[in-house]
Order: sequence, then C-alpha cells, then structure tokens
Amino acid sequence: MSAPAGSLLAAEDLRKAYGPTVALDGAEFSIHPGEVVAVMGPSGSGKSTLLHCLAGIVPPDSGSIVYDGRELAGMNDAQRSALRRSDFGFVFQFGQLVPELTCVENVALPLRLNGTSRRQAEKAALTWMERLEVDDLSGKRPGEVSGGQGQRVAVARALVTGPRVVFADEPTGALDSLNGERVMELLTDAARSSNAAVVLVTHEARVAAYSDREIVVRDGKSRDMERVA
Amino acid sequence: MSIGHTLLGLLESGPRHGYDLKRAFDEKFGQDRPLHYGQVYSTMSRLLKHGLVEVDGIEAGGGPERKRYAITDAGITDVERWLATPEKPEEYLQSTLYTKVVLALLTHRNAADILDAQRAEHLRSMRILTDRKRKGDLADQLICDHALFHLEADLRWLELTAARLDKLRAEVTR
Repeated sequence: MSAPAGSLLAAEDLRKAYGPTVALDGAEFSIHPGEVVAVMGPSGSGKSTLLHCLAGIVPPDSGSIVYDGRELAGMNDAQRSALRRSDFGFVFQFGQLVPELTCVENVALPLRLNGTSRRQAEKAALTWMERLEVDDLSGKRPGEVSGGQGQRVAVARALVTGPRVVFADEPTGALDSLNGERVMELLTDAARSSNAAVVLVTHEARVAAYSDREIVVRDGKSRDMERVA
Repeated sequence: MSIGHTLLGLLESGPRHGYDLKRAFDEKFGQDRPLHYGQVYSTMSRLLKHGLVEVDGIEAGGGPERKRYAITDAGITDVERWLATPEKPEEYLQSTLYTKVVLALLTHRNAADILDAQRAEHLRSMRILTDRKRKGDLADQLICDHALFHLEADLRWLELTAARLDKLRAEVTR
C-alpha cells in the first residue's frame, strides 16, 4: 500500500478474526509524527485489536501496516520485537509495573533491556520521572504508590526510550477524573514536545478531547471523524 | 444565571459603582458573555425599586453622575434565599438532537451520519474547552469542566442512540 503522505504509521484494510468472531473488518488508520489520535468505540468494537495490530503485537489476518516506510508483515517476530523496544512505548490501563522493582528501576527497564548501563538508564529515568512529577517516588515500589502516581511512572517508562509512537490503551481507565486529566496533560505534553505520535484508545470523550483527531471503530470498521460531513 | 442575584452578591462585600459591578461581574462570571452597561443599570434600578439595594452616594463629575449602590438587609436575605434554593435540573426531554434523529429515520435519511456529524462537532468543542482549561486559571478550569461534563453527557447519548438506531427505526416507522 502507499501510506498517506507524511504518515509515520498507517494501516489499510486490516482484517482479523478470532475463530468465528470478527474483530477487524477492513479497518484503516494513519498517524503523523507529533500527532495524538484517539481511537474510540463501544466495548468489543475492535479498538484494542487495532492497537495490538498497529503495534506489531498481533499479526492481522490480512491488510497492510506500514511503519516509517516498512511493512510490518515483512518482518519476522524478532524484528518486530526489536522495533517495539526501540521505537514504540506502551501505557496500559493498569500501569503493569513490575512489583519487585522500584519505580526508578521500572522506568529504566526499557533502556536496560536495550543494553544501556544501569547508571545511565536510571539517570534518564529520573529525568523523565521529574517531568511526570513523580521523581520523589523513585525508591518506592509500585505497591507503595497511588494509582495516579503509578500511571505517571508508567508514562515515564513509555517515554524513556524516546519512542516515535506511544500506544496508550485506556491509560486513565482506572483513575478518577482529576488524576486522569493530569496523566493526559503530562502524557500529551511530553509526547508533543518530543514529536512522538500517540495512539490513544479510550472510551471516555473527555480523554479523547486531549487528542488532535478521532477515529471511531464500530463492528471492526474504522471511521475518521474528520471526514464526517 | 440570575444577574440580579449575582450583582447583589457582589455588593455584599461593600458598596460599589455600577461600573465597578460590571467589571467584577465580567472578571468572575462573564468570560464568554460580558454584561452590557445597560443591563447593569436596568438591573440596579429594578433592585432599587424592590428595596434590595439603596443609593449610598452620588458623585457628580464631568460626565453623567455616578451612583454608588449598597445592599440592604432585604437584599442580603434575598441572596441567601437564592443561594439556598437548588436549581431545577434541566432535562432537555425534547431535544433538537432527538427530533433530528427521528425525522431522519422517518424520511429514510442516514441517521447514523447525522449522529456522527454531531459527535464530531461535540468533540471539536470539547477539544477547544480542554485547551482553554489547560492554559487557564482555576476559575477557567471549573467553568470549562462544567461545559465539558455536559458535552460528554450529550456524547454518551449520541453513542447510545447510534447503538440503538435499528430498534428506533423499527419503532418510529411502524
């Protein structure tokens, strides 16, 4: 496929079924560097499957995904894993921090996995924790911090490698309004300032209002709301 | 919003001229809709007539005379009663959106497109408010939040209606 001009990540005619259940039925997507795109839709509409396909976690049954000029389908598992580690960052609904590690070790983890020394990784981690206003929690373990704080630590971890795309799946789903909004402010500010694109899956309109553009997924089909009459 | 009660409430902290009242109102409550001078003076003369304010002094200057208003005891009681009375929740039972959807179904137009267009418009407004909230002070944040929560409620209705369109079509075209 030819990706839309200037897009960093684009998908066309994505199809994915789990047994008899169709999750994606011709979905399309594109995002530019520095852009925040909200993916909305009812539960079970296929929005999380779309995110997993775009991030190279789940291969689609058919269709095309092009990242930075490269077809994901043309890569093997190891190449896709390497791409996820080097170019993508992830934030999930429940932080998914490693409970045995301290917060700073959690944030430094993606850099450590890429081979960065402990000292350098933790230094970079602290810089991000400062930006996310959680540097005072560096020595605490995830079980000792609040949900909102944990989610900011998770955002710092997603951004520490300088990803070009951040995938956020219901990043505020487990937070109250105030904490959720602060996480969204910090996530979108940090991503925009480093020109990272954000794919934001959410069912909350007030969270989607932090995006530049919205895609709605219904019954596995996507609709770009900018193109609605 | 009751402009009369709001101006009375502003007078509780001390007497003010009409111009000062307008400025205080605009600063605290009139971000989107500042008061006209005419509104201030017509409201003050009504409050004066009902004994809720009194003229505390008149300054004669080069221009028109400037009255300074003070709240009366009756005025204070009136503000207190207004503050303690809950507002009637607005239910919007006969909303334009509902009418548009039903009319679209009755005339075999694409109701889903109408809902989506409205949804896109709502989210555009929510983006503008979110941006204003991020850049504003606490007062701005609270005002924008109020509007955002209402728009969000509309949006949830739009989503729910979109999910029930087939059922609604069957009912209205029966």
